[in-house]
Amino acid sequence: MALRLEHVNYIYSPDTAFKKQALDDVNLEINDGEFIGLIGHTGSGKSTLIQHFNGLIRATSGAIYYNDKNIYDEKFSMKNLRAKIGLVFQYPEHQLFEVTVMKDVCFGPSNLGLSEEECQKRAKEALTMVGLKEKYWNKSPFELSGGQKRRAAIAGVIAMKPEMLILDEPTAGLDPKGRNDILDQIKKLHDESHMTVVLVSHSMEDVAKYVGRIIVMNHGKVLFDDTPKEVFKHYKTLESVGLAAPQVTYLMDMLKKDGFDVPDQVTTVEEAKSAILKCLGYDQKGSNADLHENICAGHSEEINTKEFKDIKEFKDTRDLENIKDSGGESND
Amino acid sequence: MGIIKALNLVYDYITRDDETEKEIKNRAVDHIDLDIEAGDFIAILGHNGSGKSTLAKHMNAILQPTEGSLWVKGMDTSDDDRLWDIRQSAGMVFQNPDNQIIGSIVEEDVGFGPENIGVPTDEIWKRVFESLEAVDMMSYRHHSPNKLSGGQKQRVAIAGVMAMRPECIVLDEPTAMLDPNGRKEVIQTVTELNRTAGVTVILITHYMDEVIHADKVYVMDDGHIVMNGTPREIFTQVDRLKELRLDVPQATELAYELKKAGVPIESGILTIEELEKAVAALKCGM
Repeated sequence: MALRLEHVNYIYSPDTAFKKQALDDVNLEINDGEFIGLIGHTGSGKSTLIQHFNGLIRATSGAIYYNDKNIYDEKFSMKNLRAKIGLVFQYPEHQLFEVTVMKDVCFGPSNLGLSEEECQKRAKEALTMVGLKEKYWNKSPFELSGGQKRRAAIAGVIAMKPEMLILDEPTAGLDPKGRNDILDQIKKLHDESHMTVVLVSHSMEDVAKYVGRIIVMNHGKVLFDDTPKEVFKHYKTLESVGLAAPQVTYLMDMLKKDGFDVPDQVTTVEEAKSAILKCLGYDQKGSNADLHENICAGHSEEINTKEFKDIKEFKDTRDLENIKDSGGESND
Repeated sequence: MGIIKALNLVYDYITRDDETEKEIKNRAVDHIDLDIEAGDFIAILGHNGSGKSTLAKHMNAILQPTEGSLWVKGMDTSDDDRLWDIRQSAGMVFQNPDNQIIGSIVEEDVGFGPENIGVPTDEIWKRVFESLEAVDMMSYRHHSPNKLSGGQKQRVAIAGVMAMRPECIVLDEPTAMLDPNGRKEVIQTVTELNRTAGVTVILITHYMDEVIHADKVYVMDDGHIVMNGTPREIFTQVDRLKELRLDVPQATELAYELKKAGVPIESGILTIEELEKAVAALKCGM
């Protein structure tokens, strides 16, 4: 277990007229190697929460344990904790400051007291990991495009080799390709180095696609803490707290009401695709357009599932030849 | 001539190399022609660095063309004497709500613009109330803007622009920093202003699902307009859009994937409602 929060409360401006309870009895466990999505509307306490993770904000009450050690213990080294838990703020490119990308990424490791050589080595690794090409390494960070700056800034945190990486909306303001690229890199980083990743995001589609567990914050409390499928089941509750489910989740719900036999917990395009194909009797390996017409011609009413299956199987064998002809590429 | 018209518009950013003193030209907008009809809802898409924001900044004369011209309501933006008229005709809303609110109370913030151009006090109040009503923020008029949510702040910023009675609003990624509800609020507000008040809207965004109700979509790449058409015409070209680092709404993507798998589904589906209908129709007996 990496991080454990017990009854954490945080109050902004206590004893004043502006007193605001930002965290309200938060209990969480974050385990090594997890990929977690943290969602919640603006002001729900997400940013306050992640700043507790590496001790930037001290809880008003409650306790936080890192590897079973109380981080508020006098003997506990906060510096050490911050080296282990890397936090990438929103718009991290605003924090770039050095004359070259390489020097900027080296800044973190050099503050850990590492040798110049080791800093360079780590910086190169980190820049490669975030997918920033070598030709940019000795350029001024301010010459880079928005997406490249973002990568350079994230590399600066990765070069610290944290055990846990927290990213606060790493894709805000990026174009769709830039969004996917960065999230793919983070996923790869998670898969290859088994780094624990906490992703704060406003995009339900992204969260559904990448993470294994979602924590939903609302009014400083943990509202849900479960797998994406379980969490998005509650999409009506999510809407009432300013969030939503991915578009496809709504679609599947509508289709279900139309009498389609589709599963409850669809959160990605791929899942929706296979569910609909299955419902319509298209096999996943090749095109079955003829089959559809056959069925339609024969049955103008509701389709009996058993007959449906029979025709499908019959058709599948015949289709094998078509697939060979077409190279079977139609479902790539 | 439409409300905004560009002819051969070119804009170069010039940077100077410290060591060699050499000037480096970076062409952000490259010979663009544009003709936007009054009352239209226009969306501009394009990857980071494609020139969208540079183009937008010409529409209220924050930038002036390096070559070519851009006219707002027939006024040439290169004409320094018309700058204030142009900026009253075309208001602008930016990405970060915190950077564009200056008043300490919502209604003061909205009244700031008209006050600056010497509108009489009674008229200012009238405009403030009308604008706040239009963005549905009337009940917050005595609040401090810094206590509002991102979506509410953006609506206040829009009200501030509306109080100037512009014919045209240019919004440069107004939802990039907002949560799903905030995004919905802002898009609904802008759509409403376009429909009821007839304001011409030019929306720059990276969110494809915000574009589907636009009258026309322009796609930019490398300073050029490379695609233009209705959302349906644009979003049928899934592969082309992905080449341009863009995406399609999730419903469109799913329909496209189904079609690739051999399902006889029409192309150009934009919303989940349309996709639901199409899929339901495929299930026989419909």
